[in-house]
Amino acid sequence: MKAPKFKYVRATSVADALKMLDEHGENARILAGGQSLMPTLNMRLSQPEILIDINRLDALKGISLDGDTVRIGALTRHVEVQRSAVVRDHLPLIAEAMPHVAHVAVRNRGTFGGSVALADPAAEMPACVLALGGTIVVESVAGRREIAADDYFKGLYETARQDNELLVEVRIPSQKKDRVSVFLELARRHGDFAIAGICAYGKVSGTTIEDMRLVYFGSEDKPTVGRNAIAALKGKAWNDTTKAAVGDALASDLDPMANLSGSPAMKLHLQKVLTGRAMDAAVARAGGAR
Amino acid sequence: MTEEYQTVTIRVNGEDVTKSIPVRTHLVDFLRNELGYTGSHLGCEHGICGACSVRVDGVVVRGCLTLAVQCEGADVLTIEGLSDSGEIADLQDKFVERNAMQCGFCTPGMLMTAAELLSHKQAMSRDEIREFMSGNFCRCTGYHAIVDAIESINNSRLKG
Repeated sequence: MKAPKFKYVRATSVADALKMLDEHGENARILAGGQSLMPTLNMRLSQPEILIDINRLDALKGISLDGDTVRIGALTRHVEVQRSAVVRDHLPLIAEAMPHVAHVAVRNRGTFGGSVALADPAAEMPACVLALGGTIVVESVAGRREIAADDYFKGLYETARQDNELLVEVRIPSQKKDRVSVFLELARRHGDFAIAGICAYGKVSGTTIEDMRLVYFGSEDKPTVGRNAIAALKGKAWNDTTKAAVGDALASDLDPMANLSGSPAMKLHLQKVLTGRAMDAAVARAGGAR
Repeated sequence: MTEEYQTVTIRVNGEDVTKSIPVRTHLVDFLRNELGYTGSHLGCEHGICGACSVRVDGVVVRGCLTLAVQCEGADVLTIEGLSDSGEIADLQDKFVERNAMQCGFCTPGMLMTAAELLSHKQAMSRDEIREFMSGNFCRCTGYHAIVDAIESINNSRLKG
């Protein structure tokens, strides 16, 4: 189908974009990579009055290392994140996840900030940011605001960002060298929307999971921390007994959505399977053997 | 709401064109309807199938997910321009030789994406080629022959 009518304006500066966003509020949409917005327009699932194109705002582009923090500008394309040496060295979880983000042509246009701003429940980057304890920086005409990832993802496509705020940057602490991370997802075709997925980041000694943060995506309405599963893993040797206990605990963490890609029961099963595979990989990466 | 028009100047296949178009026009409608470059196809029109793949400022993108007005000042290359340049003449010959096109609808998009793969000049396994090409659907399901052709040319180019 064809997109509905809208007005289009190309922002000339961040201040310009913020001014327009303040003026139009919920009737405006920010056009970054457009890889999620344009499909919703073409399918007429959304009908904004005005698109504010931020693609020429170079101030929002780029990846840099600031002490122990990696700063990723909102308009940084997925392909740039995928090729970044800073990301490879300091955020291996994101480096591992990036090949799963859609396909080549989409990664050439889609942006890191756009993915986090939209908060698609099946998207990889929101889950990674939550798993690594990132901070989302938003800006409005009133100034900047920093939101911890734990407080940012509120529900289905719902975040703590206000209508007049622009996501300008995501800050993510460098992964610690004594910790391991694992990213896994299941999709019908490589690069398609995840049916189930997991981000794991934590400390493993031998076969003992000392501490492991688990974030699930794809099955839930938003990236979700598996609090009970984390508690069931903490300090435990990774074996079949622990695996069963974590699986049981996970049932009280997750409340999978039913949709065309599967029933809640199937998705819960897949998340348990992924949890097992992720911990197998975490132990192997930490140099232990099960 | 009234239809908003803007005037854009875009370099298409090496030639600057200036047109006044509705701002909601996506790039492939612009290429096909305004300029007659009908090699870029519209399959799903929401970014899944890859038939609309075109090159914008040196990289392959989904033409249906890019507004023409966004391309103001950009350098756009369609399958027509890519064919004329001879950049992938060997790949096109190999597509014919390996019978890597059946109905032909996906072929321009396949070639646009494969051109980017070849431009990386990296040895790739069949699995890696499949992953790279995973954003392009062939509804005739002729993937095997397509991967054959791409693999063959990538290998032969690397050998020099």
